[in-house]
Amino acid sequence: MQALTNRAQPVNRKPMTFLERLYLINIFKGMLITFSHIFKKQPTIQYPDQKRPFSPVFRGLHVLNRDEEGRERCTACGLCAVACPAEAITMEAAERLPGEENLYREEKYAARYEINMLRCIFCGLCEDACPKDAIYLSETFAPANFNRTTFIYGKQNLLIPNPLTEPEAYAKAKGLN
Amino acid sequence: MNAIQILFWFLSALALVSALMVLLSKNPVHSVLWLVGVFFAISGHYILLNAQFIAIVNLIVYAGAIMVLFLFVIMLMNLNKDTEPQKHIWMKLAGAISAGCFLMILVSLIKQAPELQAKTAMMKDGDIGLIANLGKALFSTYVVPFEISSILFLSAMVGAAVIGKKD
Amino acid sequence: MLLSIDWILFLEKLILIAIVIFASLGIALYTTFAERKVAAVLQDRPGPNRAGPFGLLQPFADGLKLIMKEEIIPNTSNKVLFILGPFLAMTAALMTSAVIPWSSDVHLFGRVIPLQIADVNIGILYIFAVVSLGVYGIMIGGWASNNKFSLMAALRGASQAISYELAMGLSLIALLMTTGTLQLGEIVKQQIEPGHWWNIVYQPLGFLIFIICAFAECNRTPFDLPEAENELNFGYHQEYSSMKLGFYLFSEYVNMFISSVVMATLYFGGYDVPFLNENLLSPNVAAIIGVIALLVKVVIFIFIFMWVRWTIPRFRYDQLMNLGWKSLVPLALANMLITGAVILWLGK
Repeated sequence: MQALTNRAQPVNRKPMTFLERLYLINIFKGMLITFSHIFKKQPTIQYPDQKRPFSPVFRGLHVLNRDEEGRERCTACGLCAVACPAEAITMEAAERLPGEENLYREEKYAARYEINMLRCIFCGLCEDACPKDAIYLSETFAPANFNRTTFIYGKQNLLIPNPLTEPEAYAKAKGLN
Repeated sequence: MNAIQILFWFLSALALVSALMVLLSKNPVHSVLWLVGVFFAISGHYILLNAQFIAIVNLIVYAGAIMVLFLFVIMLMNLNKDTEPQKHIWMKLAGAISAGCFLMILVSLIKQAPELQAKTAMMKDGDIGLIANLGKALFSTYVVPFEISSILFLSAMVGAAVIGKKD
Repeated sequence: MLLSIDWILFLEKLILIAIVIFASLGIALYTTFAERKVAAVLQDRPGPNRAGPFGLLQPFADGLKLIMKEEIIPNTSNKVLFILGPFLAMTAALMTSAVIPWSSDVHLFGRVIPLQIADVNIGILYIFAVVSLGVYGIMIGGWASNNKFSLMAALRGASQAISYELAMGLSLIALLMTTGTLQLGEIVKQQIEPGHWWNIVYQPLGFLIFIICAFAECNRTPFDLPEAENELNFGYHQEYSSMKLGFYLFSEYVNMFISSVVMATLYFGGYDVPFLNENLLSPNVAAIIGVIALLVKVVIFIFIFMWVRWTIPRFRYDQLMNLGWKSLVPLALANMLITGAVILWLGK
């Protein structure tokens, strides 16, 4: 059979010489190797104190966006749920009532919008599918929990804070400061 | 009564109680551990006699090696009430009588031996038990018995190797 | 006078015993911490650094964790022996330090106080006796658990300890031929004398055998089969939990400390500082420097213990026995023969 690469090494089956059978030299060599690691740079990041920057294309937890006037952009068209390969998204649509124009941008909105973070594979297809720029993947990830039901994120977890009523929280969620 | 006498009586009591417990305890593993206690008490006596070498060798050889082997065997055989065969009453009686005879012979021998009569052990002095003196005695005066006993051990080792060898 | 005891001597020894025991426990405590730190730096990571500054309180956190754990005594175990086991292991580990000369004499309150609990003329044999008693902790703990895996591990551990004690003793006989005494204090004083090197120079092979056997006696990697968690289903302390398990694990570290002290004393001049004439200093200063010198040597040995642990993988059991009986024992015998021959040749 022809080798795919030229990296293959034939196995050395020669009987060991006396010095090799003593093992002491090899043990000493190994100990030198481990000793040299004392002076190596430690790649550890002290996690809660230091955090590694996310890459700009990182896909983390979802965020339901609002427009400049603080209205929810989602119109509950269901394209994200259709696009989701893991079937993690469910939603219930409702009709906007008169007087709710300051809450919802479109005439139809999502009364219930849930993403199961245990199913989600963070592929970002929902983000691509959304015609209203309503869903984005942020640069955070789901924190650990003891309870499976807490991983089903509802609207209260997903919605970005209102830029008009809570400007600080909004800025923080955007990562502006 | 000085400190050495107090120690002597304490060690004697310890040795006797431990020896009784070796016989009386139901669990053979407990018996072995009490026997280790006996060895400790006897080693204490040796130290009182200023025979430190013998004391410590007693501990190394008996408590540290032989009793460990005893413990090995007893643990692996898993002796308990269910597996212990019930001995006949006559067997027990015969055992008691023969042990009593042995005790009587021992006592009478010790009582009649001229070199033991009217002598008490020398406490804290006497230096034959020290390692240098003992070594000199073993390798000069008693060199032939010493070497013969080492041949005995060698033959025992060879025998064990022969038995343990696969055919 | 009922008891003609030198009460001041008694008190002096009592204080020394207390200091030695607490010092060995404290050092063993921080050895557990050092083990984790050394493991970490050898593996390019920082190690425990959360509890206290630089993680210095980590051993207390570990101890607290062990104490707070649930104490489980198996139903079918032999309860008395089950509790006795870890205590025996710990006592045997602590008893060894009685004959170690920690430093030269101290002059305090007009008295000359030797920093050695007992300078008996059979010092090395005493260490041997106590080490051989350490087997009981393993055997009793393993058997009393009433678990076949514990029993097998106890047998494994005990036979390992006994096998390597043999080679250790034989390697020491060669050393004793050169020193001519079993008194540890005397051995150290011989090495301090000007014109006399440390014993490692005269007994390099003996030291090599001794250190390998010390690794095996302390159940340290590469000989840590008695507690091989992954491939041999843990060891004789399988059924143990909480502080009793802690005692077993902790006695291992005490053993490591003590064997480092013994190695430093026998082969590396004990409390001797090389190229320093102790007679020029005042005795108390010399004693303090001596203790520090001994501790530095001990720390180096403990580091070597850990360094080896994080470098070399575990032996298989048959390899362990082969090494002990077929390599180390004959080597130690050869070393003994060579030493005897050289002494005879030089003596003529």
